[in-house]
Amino acid sequence: MKLLNHTSKYLAILLVPLISIWAFIFYYAMLDEIYDSLDDGLENQKILLLERLPTNPEILEHNDLDLWSHAITPISKKQYEQFEDRNSDTLMYMLNERDFEPVRVYETTLAYNDNYYKVKFITSMVEEDDLIQDLVVYLIVLYASLMIAIVILNNLMLKKIWKPFHSLMRQLPDFRIEKNHHIKTIDTNIEEFKLLNTSITTLIDQSRARYLEQQHFIENASHELQTPLAIIINKLELFLENTKLPADDIKTMASVLDNLGRLTRLNKSLLLLSKIENRQFVDEETIDFNSLTANIIGDFEDLASHKHIVLHLEEHSNLNFQMNKDLAVVLMTNLVKNAIIHGQRNNTVTIKIHEKSISISNFGVAEALNANLIFSRFKKISNDKKSTGLGLAIAKAISEKYGIGLEYRYSEEHIFKLTFF
Amino acid sequence: MKLLIIEDEPEMLENMSQTLEREHYIVETASDYKTALQKIAVYDYDCILLDITLPDGNGLELLKALKLSGKDDGVIIVSAKDSLDDRLEGLNLGADDYLPKPFHMAELHARVKAVLRRRHFEGNQYIHIGNVSVQPENRRVTVDNHEIVLNRKEYDILMYLITNKTRLVTKSALAEHVWGDHIDQSDSFDFIYSQIKNLRKKLEHATINIEAVYGVGYKLETD
Repeated sequence: MKLLNHTSKYLAILLVPLISIWAFIFYYAMLDEIYDSLDDGLENQKILLLERLPTNPEILEHNDLDLWSHAITPISKKQYEQFEDRNSDTLMYMLNERDFEPVRVYETTLAYNDNYYKVKFITSMVEEDDLIQDLVVYLIVLYASLMIAIVILNNLMLKKIWKPFHSLMRQLPDFRIEKNHHIKTIDTNIEEFKLLNTSITTLIDQSRARYLEQQHFIENASHELQTPLAIIINKLELFLENTKLPADDIKTMASVLDNLGRLTRLNKSLLLLSKIENRQFVDEETIDFNSLTANIIGDFEDLASHKHIVLHLEEHSNLNFQMNKDLAVVLMTNLVKNAIIHGQRNNTVTIKIHEKSISISNFGVAEALNANLIFSRFKKISNDKKSTGLGLAIAKAISEKYGIGLEYRYSEEHIFKLTFF
Repeated sequence: MKLLIIEDEPEMLENMSQTLEREHYIVETASDYKTALQKIAVYDYDCILLDITLPDGNGLELLKALKLSGKDDGVIIVSAKDSLDDRLEGLNLGADDYLPKPFHMAELHARVKAVLRRRHFEGNQYIHIGNVSVQPENRRVTVDNHEIVLNRKEYDILMYLITNKTRLVTKSALAEHVWGDHIDQSDSFDFIYSQIKNLRKKLEHATINIEAVYGVGYKLETD
């Protein structure tokens, strides 16, 4: 549920008791005010009556409450002195409503020419049930209009207020640290969003800086290793050239050189991988994958025939794609090399070129490999000592750089499929 | 033949000059930008081995200075950076070749010789070794004046071994040179044997032998 609706929901729930309590208080306050005003009106009637009495003494004869809305009855002096004014409610039959309706009664006394009288004034009063009914109707209308107002306000105003937040939220899911994405923040004068904006900007900047630092660290470390490696290899080669060594020693030296060669290749692969990730291959051209593949097959023919593997190229279509030439070579080379190295002796490696895809398949171990691990760095599937464990990781990095799909699946053969979009 | 090695790493410099001196080149060295600049200005070299990263300057600037002064010394850039930009810039500035570190000594010799050949004979020259002669320009090989037909790899192997004659050429150096950098991760370099076998057969009547050295590599010997 959206935050917006969430607050609205709570507000809606909270408003029910709030308005009920308010209605209760309002009802009694209102009633109190009505009584007060009615009682004042009744007292005023008494004053009016007293003023008119000297000129209209026949008023004292009025004893029919229905006729005059006041009734005067004589009382004794003693009763007069003991009487206290009182206001009360009672019911009276109303002709217009044909029902008993509440009336307000004011009972008081008056003395006129040493005669004492009790006077009863009545006035029609509000009908409480009507009042309550009206109140409920009006309150429901109030509640409804409040809710509508809140929802509209939320949707219009809060949406506007939350704009910086939503803009961030739209961008964050697509953020990839390896890509040079910039998160655009919307300027705002709301303190919290300002804080959010600066926090996210700093967080991203710092993470990106660390990421680049790490990337460049690998690259720099690999660079720095090149010269010492070169010195060692060359010194050993010179030594081998200069010194007459017995066969066993030469073999030892050769094995040292071999391992140095492995180290060099590993280092070069690491360097290549970080260079791809550091986006250092900018130049692009249209690559003819048919001729590229044919060339690569030519390069690998000897290796394949040494393993008694037949390289089989099926060209169903021409495939051209815009990318860096060196990387295209590395991509295809690594996949073909991988298929040959892990391929089964006396079997085939098939490369099929379609309009939008290339698949490279080889027979090998008779079970699917873990497709999640296969492209990870240093996840060696075989225990082949000379493989760097980076070949497929590099292929994956290259394909990702150009948005080329690279998938592995197994169905009798191990198939790597490149999909060009 | 006079060579200049510009390299700031003393041991690297020593290795390179040692192996090149053995080929009877006159080798001079410079280990910083200033010395190199002076030497380039004063002397002419047949080939300059140029390290890009120098403590007091960029090797590419030396290349620019050289080309500006109208000299056409051969230049091979030797760099640990192996960066595409450097390679492209270097070649655009007129370098003859680009050799990334680390490299095999055999590869260094092959590159230097290729540059020297191109510079001095513009390819119109025969290399004679025993009764074999090679014409690099059109990749023709004759044994006792009878042409033998070699495929690309056989020719490349032969040239590489001739360039490094009497030197032990390891299988990995040979594989990288002939089959390209990308061949590397293969589980062994034994696959080169079949091409060697074919080459030997074709050189049956030649007075040169490709000798296997303890399974480590090959060496070209003349009878």
